[in-house]
Amino acid sequence: MKILVGVKRVIDYNVSIRVKSDGSGVEKDGVKMSMNPFDEIAVEQALKIKEAGGADEVIAVSIGPAKAEDTLRTALAMGADRAILVESTDEVEPLAVAKILKAVAEQESVDMVLVGKQAIDDDSNQTGQMLSALLNWSQGTFISEMEIKDGAVALTREIDGGLEDISVKLPTVLTVDLRLNEPRYASLPNIMKAKKKPLDKVTADSLGVDTAPRLSVVNVVEPPTREAGIVVSSVAELAEKINAARG
Amino acid sequence: MSVLVIADHDNKEISPATLNTVAAASQIGGDVVVAVLGSGCDTAANAAAAIVGVSKVLKVDNAALASGLAENVAPVIVSLAADYSHVLAPASTYGKNVLPRAAALLDVQQISEISGVVDADTFERPIYAGNAIATVKSSDAVKLITVRATKFDAAADQGGSASVEAVELGADAGLSSFVAVHETKSDRPELTSAGVVVSGGRGMAAKENFALLDALADKLGAAVGASRAAVDSGYAPNDYQVGQTGKVVAPDVYIAIGISGAIQHLAGMKDSKTIVAINTDPEAPIFQVADYGLVADLFDAVPELTEAL
Repeated sequence: MKILVGVKRVIDYNVSIRVKSDGSGVEKDGVKMSMNPFDEIAVEQALKIKEAGGADEVIAVSIGPAKAEDTLRTALAMGADRAILVESTDEVEPLAVAKILKAVAEQESVDMVLVGKQAIDDDSNQTGQMLSALLNWSQGTFISEMEIKDGAVALTREIDGGLEDISVKLPTVLTVDLRLNEPRYASLPNIMKAKKKPLDKVTADSLGVDTAPRLSVVNVVEPPTREAGIVVSSVAELAEKINAARG
Repeated sequence: MSVLVIADHDNKEISPATLNTVAAASQIGGDVVVAVLGSGCDTAANAAAAIVGVSKVLKVDNAALASGLAENVAPVIVSLAADYSHVLAPASTYGKNVLPRAAALLDVQQISEISGVVDADTFERPIYAGNAIATVKSSDAVKLITVRATKFDAAADQGGSASVEAVELGADAGLSSFVAVHETKSDRPELTSAGVVVSGGRGMAAKENFALLDALADKLGAAVGASRAAVDSGYAPNDYQVGQTGKVVAPDVYIAIGISGAIQHLAGMKDSKTIVAINTDPEAPIFQVADYGLVADLFDAVPELTEAL
């Protein structure tokens, strides 16, 4: 079995983002970028499956600027076998990302695609579901447990009311949630080794995908800020305030 | 122009977030039609017909739709979408699971978790965990949209008198199957629609200590939530999680206990009307958004507070 893992280069989750003063977007120049944390969980899961003998090859793919090569090198350092960078300068929307991933999944004849349930920049939570639709494969979203057996995958999903168990047939697209695993850190020797692992570069055009955006950004603004309130001195005072706020 | 709302329901009751989604649909304008896709879903369809502002309910009753599997639900949404300018669903785990699948089949770029309606083509949505608000304009012929419930006042669930029309659609795609659901049992109000929420964080230190919050919540008729740190540590179940990747809540009163206030947690609760925080660390970021803060050891303060209320 071959597994494809989608990884996105995003502003590091520890960075406090700054909205550009002209309202055109969020400042990315000189800002620390990292792999989307949910995608790290996806990479870890693919590696776990391979290490348990459930897969022969793990391929990492990223769609983005040339710099996204760094993100792919991280995936390779974690243990992915090879990587594909689909170069693009635009902000590629989830639908176009799904179309690109479909083309790569078909070209590589993979049996499973793992992605994070959402990227922490645009918080769309769409790509995996869209990819699954375009491939006409089964779909497992927000997964917190998985086990492959007899051509199917038994999944536990995190849902609003608790947890749900479903079974999906292979091939499948799975989107991973926080509790699936703890991603490993890449060791220094593995970071060095990753530099020599194969990384192919292609373009969306060469895959026949139109990445023209469907949504135009009118503006991006900062949200209204909340003023800090008061520090009360006793539990009794706090109880009074809570009772007043409850109305 | 007419707007189709995909109801989130359990075949019996319509979820509260669906009422907020109907309100968002009404803001867009035109007729608002609610689709109830399920199995044995008469009760839910009738409940949808009573929502104020709904002109018609489409009931699609098919065994393949019983448990909301996306591979079976999405093609039904695609079939229905042809007659509408917009298709909306709540940004619940149900809506997030099924709507992007339908959007891709329709070749539409979905707009996720809108927080405001500017006009029929233009919508506001939070990005970067709510640290920025983007206004986006769609060029797609039909708009597929999920709605952040806390940003729209709920439509009244009684007083409407829409007709219910049965539609024959639905088939088992044969790709996946439902096995079981493990619901977190609680007699308390539902987290995303509760008037008061009591949440615990890493400071709770152990699963057993959440009993302190249960007692406080019972006193207040509140729901209990948790930060990601508390859920990751196993102190609370996953469906308690409030934050960017968990649930978004906006109650009248949000009481954060032993929660430092990481950005991703604030993203899930900063629209609450009144925020109360109890923390031992006076420098905790939670105090920067709290209306009322108490610097104290929660293990002393919470039982005392429960007593005092």
